[in-house]
Amino acid sequence: MKYLTIAAGLFAATAAVAETPVLTVYTYDSFVSDWGPGPKVKAAFEETCDCELKFVGAGDGAALLARIKLEGARSDADIVLGLDTNLTEAARQTGLFADHTVSAEYGFPIGWNDAQFVPYDWGFFAFVKNVDLSAPTNFKALGDSDLKIVIQDPRSSTPGLGLLMWVKAAYGDEAKSVWEGLSDNIVTVTKGWSEAYGMFLEGEADMVLSYTTSPAYHLIAESDASKDAAKFEEGHYMQIEVAGKLANTDQDALADQFLNFMVSDAFQSIIPTTNWMYPAIKPATGWPNGFETLVIPDKALLISADKVGGLRDEALAEWLDALSQ
Amino acid sequence: MAGRPVTIKAWPGAMAATVVAVIVLGTLLAVALRAEQGRGLSPSDWAAIRFTVWQAILSTLFSVALAIPVARALARRHFFGRRILVALLGAPFILPVVVAVLGLLAVFGRKGVLNGGLAWLGLPEVQIYGLHGVVLAHVFFNLPLATRLILQGWQTVPSERFRLAAQLGFGPRDIWRIIERPMLARAVPLASAVIFAICLSSFAVALTLGGGPKATTVELAIYQAFRFDFDLGRAALLSCVQMVLVGSAAFVALRVSTKEGFGRGLDRPIARWDGAGLASISLDSVSIVMASLFLLGPLSMVVWDGLAGVLAMPSQVWAAAGISILVSLGSTVLLILLAVPIAVAAAGRHQWFEVVGLLGIAASPLVIGTGLFLIIYPIADPFALAFPVTALVNAVMALPFGLRVLVGPVRDVVQSYGPLSASLGLTGWSWLRVVLVPRIRGPLGFAAGLTAALSMGDLGVIALFADPEHATLPLQMYRLMGSYQMQAASGAGLLLLVLSFGAFWICDKGGRSDAHT
Repeated sequence: MKYLTIAAGLFAATAAVAETPVLTVYTYDSFVSDWGPGPKVKAAFEETCDCELKFVGAGDGAALLARIKLEGARSDADIVLGLDTNLTEAARQTGLFADHTVSAEYGFPIGWNDAQFVPYDWGFFAFVKNVDLSAPTNFKALGDSDLKIVIQDPRSSTPGLGLLMWVKAAYGDEAKSVWEGLSDNIVTVTKGWSEAYGMFLEGEADMVLSYTTSPAYHLIAESDASKDAAKFEEGHYMQIEVAGKLANTDQDALADQFLNFMVSDAFQSIIPTTNWMYPAIKPATGWPNGFETLVIPDKALLISADKVGGLRDEALAEWLDALSQ
Repeated sequence: MAGRPVTIKAWPGAMAATVVAVIVLGTLLAVALRAEQGRGLSPSDWAAIRFTVWQAILSTLFSVALAIPVARALARRHFFGRRILVALLGAPFILPVVVAVLGLLAVFGRKGVLNGGLAWLGLPEVQIYGLHGVVLAHVFFNLPLATRLILQGWQTVPSERFRLAAQLGFGPRDIWRIIERPMLARAVPLASAVIFAICLSSFAVALTLGGGPKATTVELAIYQAFRFDFDLGRAALLSCVQMVLVGSAAFVALRVSTKEGFGRGLDRPIARWDGAGLASISLDSVSIVMASLFLLGPLSMVVWDGLAGVLAMPSQVWAAAGISILVSLGSTVLLILLAVPIAVAAAGRHQWFEVVGLLGIAASPLVIGTGLFLIIYPIADPFALAFPVTALVNAVMALPFGLRVLVGPVRDVVQSYGPLSASLGLTGWSWLRVVLVPRIRGPLGFAAGLTAALSMGDLGVIALFADPEHATLPLQMYRLMGSYQMQAASGAGLLLLVLSFGAFWICDKGGRSDAHT
């Protein structure tokens, strides 16, 4: 009997040692896909942490937030990675997120001061086109042209919402008349980014709403220099993607470690050619070849997270009105 | 004649119907209970409801009206490749939405084959985006299903009727009056109700081909309520609206359709002596050729695009394909377990059982998925249950089609063989084995095939439950697209088409293998 107890005790002890801590990160689908940053980030972090990093994909940014709200305080997630500044305020209001311990010098053209959310990459929304198309240089000229564009629905898509806020940030009360000008240029509105981008590649539209960094994918991954982005004088709206730690995490130290790892070179250098965005901090080795060809807007636009909520519904109503006529 | 056959017991059907009702209504309740203070239906929601109903009515009318001549042509003509054509006609219906939309645009879009041809002839461009585009796309999806459902109506007419008609020297008009019109009065209303229900829950197709927010449907409004406003109460309310609409359509269809069957035949193969006139030959030929061009055009574009992508497909796609096959098998088994008892009960006095089945398409996948998540989350790990849950939900969503295919033939068996079975004391399991199943093998195979294929191609609720390592093929395809891998995604789309169609072909063929004995 005594031996049995000792054996049981030993067994329990080895089990405890063998059980490496697991850090669970909820993120959007394309982050965890085999071509996304997920697999490389997992390998790089697990080298340093003596833990297991587990990614869970949950649709896109907005679906991710809905998922966290559904799960509430009982969530298994330790980290949520993949919200953007259009969502951070709503995320903050859930009270589910804790303060972070990260301090870093970010490379994007606006200041960053947020107690709960840490940026990991960013980009500019832009209309992507074929190189040989001479595109208009602002929304009004685009509205006057007979070019055809395909955009995403702000009610179901993150870039679609980005475009809505872009026009609002650039034109304020004039936004509705800008949309009225654009209405005959819009071939159609799609549910998500993939459908719109697919339609553009099939030639259904002259331009598609995407990112200034999209042409880098074609250039680097496909050696195809035929795409670029149209530069707009109003400036381009930014998308800053962030991660945050959940207050109810059972891996508090590990979560902090991950957020600090996220702004380190090991993580940041993975981002450009897997997520096709700019890393939040310029990698020590510089940009990958090809990124220097990308359009750099003269002006960066961003509506601060605390003002997004108030403007969003108004901007959506204007959009619906202008495009439903 | 339609009296209660003593061999039929309703309790297995009642149990299956309860399972369906609990899944559909229970998830709705779970979502509604989780809701916080939200706003009710807004004016834009009402606009969405009006548009949804209007486009669904138009889409149903066109799908069914066009399906009648096609089904008639297929019913009375025998030509080389007829069987493969009938099977291929099922393909558009089982395509994943995003694949089908790109296929349609490759033919009808701004840079599509059609406009290319028109430009070559010096004719003006045709614009696909708008209400007519929505209807066109829905006809593309549903014409095949409508054709198959109505064709099945023709096949339930015993061959003795046509022999008698030929002996009596019936012309096409007499056959129409005595045989075809009563048959259609029985088959069309319920086929219409199913197609109306499918068109009612359309979202991505309607938005993309409708050309913008004018084409907002109820399903999109649910999506908005859920992810833009996180207003679960409104999502549940809109889902209720959808169910009420589908329920009313089903109610009207049940009232309108006639129940009398054509009686029993000797299960002989059908031979037709009518339709030899030039007018009917040309009508049939035009119907078949036009339908084939319309349906197979976009399909061949999908195949063509996909072939280039097959080589670009990463190995994960094959793993995902394996998972999809398993889920699809599970769904098919579950469907048979649910559909046969409900069809038997609905064939007797409990016709409203079929309405319960229709709830499956009336319910929003997003609401069902969220509701299941809310129910499962407190008691178990949702990821661990991802595949069983997906298989079950896919089976429930395919149930309306399965029932529509099965109820008619089951009712015929019950009406024709009920008294004989009763006098022989054949009941329960042996009745099922000896009397029912051999006589509904064809429709059962068709129903199983539809379910297998739909389940293979459906994104359904898996998106809420899947973890990164275990994606189904449609989910993997969306992930490929989301990572710019459009070519590999079109390869995955082709693989999905082949698998769906293969599953459909095997089941459908299995059902009809000895149809000519």
